[in-house]
Amino acid sequence: MRFCKTLMMMAKKSALSILLLMLTTLIASAQSTQPEMADTMRSNGKIYVVVLVLATIFAGIIVFLVRIDRRITKLEKK
Amino acid sequence: MPVPRQFIINETIRNLYFHVPMWFTMMLLFAGSFIYSLKYLRSGKPEDDIFAAELTVVGIVFSILGMLTGMEWAKYTWGAAWSNDPKQLCTALSMLTYFAYLILRNGIKDEEKRAKISAVYNVFAFALSIPLIWVIPRMVDSLHPGNGGNPGFNKYDLDSMMRMVFYPAVIGWFLLGVWITTLRIRLKLIQHKEENSY
Repeated sequence: MRFCKTLMMMAKKSALSILLLMLTTLIASAQSTQPEMADTMRSNGKIYVVVLVLATIFAGIIVFLVRIDRRITKLEKK
Repeated sequence: MPVPRQFIINETIRNLYFHVPMWFTMMLLFAGSFIYSLKYLRSGKPEDDIFAAELTVVGIVFSILGMLTGMEWAKYTWGAAWSNDPKQLCTALSMLTYFAYLILRNGIKDEEKRAKISAVYNVFAFALSIPLIWVIPRMVDSLHPGNGGNPGFNKYDLDSMMRMVFYPAVIGWFLLGVWITTLRIRLKLIQHKEENSY
């Protein structure tokens, strides 16, 4: 009876350790398959960084031109 | 247009057509501003002061765009938007001296005084920007190409295909920068005329 109990405990323990081992390997494999972050920006050879840069310049120039436009409007109203 | 295949920078090498001409245009406008400031100091004409001030304003806009695009580029190639690279630091310093120029101009009410003091300050700011942007970053190790021990884009990165796009792009950005400046100068000249007419 006692022998049976210890056998059961050992089986439980080993099952737990096997589960833990499997889990760690799973996590390790998951980590090794996706190390890169910011995936959209890094996809297609980081071409979206160029898109972002272009969008920044475009937005900056448009904002600046709108400000000049407002000054002209002010001058027209005089 | 094909570009050289390289690790880490990958397709972002195309930013060369946008990030670098921003700084070239800034330098052109600041140089123009420097010349007009000297001209003002010789002639004392208020028009020359307007030219110098507006050239500086547009130059600052281009420097901000250059800084932002550089930080975006650095985020995905150097790993961080700001890595205290010597060129980043020195350029930021130079930008601050030009921001101070605008603040100085806004701080002085008297027109002639403002023109004279800001012209003298502008000459110093330009003289300071040359070693800060072009000399110091080249003497120390930098993440930027062409500085320290790194190879420049000129040596073998910038191939003939890229040159075919890069140089026209630089001319285009120059023209855009100068055109925007002329718009502002014309506006200011009209304002100046109105204020002095009555």
